[in-house]
Amino acid sequence: MSLRDWPIKQKLTAMLVLISGLVLLLTSAAFAGYQYWSLRQATRDALAVRGRIIAANSTASLAFANVADAREILSALRADRHVVAAVLYDKGGHVFAGYPTGVAGADLPAVPGPDGYRFERGLLIGFQPVEESGSQRLGTLYLASDLGAIYDTFRLSGVIGLAVMAVALLAAYLLSMVLQGAISEPILALAETAKAVSTRQDYSVRASKVGADELGALTDAFNQMLGRIEDQKNELQRYAAELEQRVEERTHELQERNESLRRNAAELLAANTELDAFAYSVSHDLRAPLRSIDGFSQILLEDYAGKLDEAGQESLHRVRAASQRMGTLIDDLLKLARVTRAEIRTEDVDLSVMARDIVADLERATPERQVEFAIAPGLSARGDARLLRVALDNLLRNSWKYTAKQPQPRVQFASVEANGGRAFMVRDNGAGFDMKYADKLFGVFQRLHSAADFEGTGIGLATVRRIITRHGGRIWAEGAVDQGATFYFTL
Amino acid sequence: MNPGKILLVEDNPDDVALTLRALKSHNITNDVVVAQDGAQALDILFGADGKGPAEKELPAVVLLDLKLPKVNGMEVLHRIRADEATRLLPVVILTSSDEERDVIEGYSLGANSYVRKPVDFVEFTQAAKQLGLYWLLMNRAPPVPRRS
Repeated sequence: MSLRDWPIKQKLTAMLVLISGLVLLLTSAAFAGYQYWSLRQATRDALAVRGRIIAANSTASLAFANVADAREILSALRADRHVVAAVLYDKGGHVFAGYPTGVAGADLPAVPGPDGYRFERGLLIGFQPVEESGSQRLGTLYLASDLGAIYDTFRLSGVIGLAVMAVALLAAYLLSMVLQGAISEPILALAETAKAVSTRQDYSVRASKVGADELGALTDAFNQMLGRIEDQKNELQRYAAELEQRVEERTHELQERNESLRRNAAELLAANTELDAFAYSVSHDLRAPLRSIDGFSQILLEDYAGKLDEAGQESLHRVRAASQRMGTLIDDLLKLARVTRAEIRTEDVDLSVMARDIVADLERATPERQVEFAIAPGLSARGDARLLRVALDNLLRNSWKYTAKQPQPRVQFASVEANGGRAFMVRDNGAGFDMKYADKLFGVFQRLHSAADFEGTGIGLATVRRIITRHGGRIWAEGAVDQGATFYFTL
Repeated sequence: MNPGKILLVEDNPDDVALTLRALKSHNITNDVVVAQDGAQALDILFGADGKGPAEKELPAVVLLDLKLPKVNGMEVLHRIRADEATRLLPVVILTSSDEERDVIEGYSLGANSYVRKPVDFVEFTQAAKQLGLYWLLMNRAPPVPRRS
């Protein structure tokens, strides 16, 4: 485990112990250095004092060359176990007396060195001049002392120092164990809280604040953050629930609509099938009685003309006219039904050509009428050619019919800009209509003119609108009484 | 049935009367045999036992209504075209309706003509006259098929 992965408690403890140890170590080192230096000074001074005393005592022995006396004086050094050797040199530099007795050879300097005390080859040595009070030099005293005294003191100091350090480190360790809690505990509490949040997804827990220091501020900030997260989470949940509910509502709505559409489609299909059967039946069965009514009325007129007065004959004519009119009505209604049922086959249709064709038919059927037709060339559209022909036929036939009382009848078929798009337009200068009734124009059986003025069943424009609507287009009309009418349609 | 006769298949007695009158008023004097439903028409053409008609009795033209009791007009037409003896027999559909599907089915089954009965009796008379003149006088009838 690397240092970085240590638990924070151990880190703090280790840090405190390490710092304490380092401080103790530095202090001890400085103290030891100082003690070493001062011990050497003290030892040298002590040896110098001892040298001066012995030198002073030895003057007589040297002056009178009394070796035994000199040896007696030197042997006093026995009291100091650290003094390993002592030698008295005479004025000429020859060894006069030595300590311990018999000491000689290579261990001792043959001649005295320069005066003074110094450390040399692991020993403290000193050359002390032996002088009479009259400043006449009599010889030299050599002293050599081992460093045992220094080492003894130093060793003792070391032991004491180590003991103190051990106690101090122990104290530091124990103290740090107690004190690190002030820092580590809030952090650990935070960590615990964070862990609880992340594992349980519970944003309602809060870290407990220990003090008002930076850690306290951190705990506050952390708790605040948790609070905000909790708020946002709650809000999100609320939105999610709302969304879900809305989706459910919409789904339900859609299902209902679908169901209703399905029902409508089924109803429509049923209605269409019914209409089909109805139209077929009407086509076959409704016209037969009319044929009988008309036929037998005609037979009465032919075979019994002599037995009927004028009023009787007139009545029969009316019966015939009515039955024929009803025949036309049935035919028109069937056409409307057919337009409603017919399948639309889309293709490109040239409406101009179609219109000219229809006009030619009209002119052939009623050659005595002179109507001026203006048909714009190249009007094309996409749609069912058969149905569009029915629509255009109705519109042009209407114009043809309603301009009958106009001395200079004119009919125009063109394409114009209307309501922001292209629209086809059939315009005439015929009888027109009152705009008040414009909305009735396209209703089944709705007529704005009496049958006496203009014949009609009131089905034609309904058929036209049905066709235009089935093409996804729109039809509308403008007009005024005796000012003509204009029909617009889009496809 | 002698050649030159008309077989009118029509269930409505009014229409029968009007058709007969229309034909007669134009001096079309050929015999008109009336069948009041499809079954009767088939009996007349193929014999009551269904074993086949005497070739000599085939009419010059059949005027066939579509909505008929028992066996409808389309079925009658189908049977006429299916039988070797009557395969070429001229059949004119004469009916109230001009519903597109009837027209298409009629021609598909091999009708020679399709005429819608007008409501106006004057027009109806004209139509009957023209039909009689055309099919009885102008039209060259198919050869009578030989029985194998």
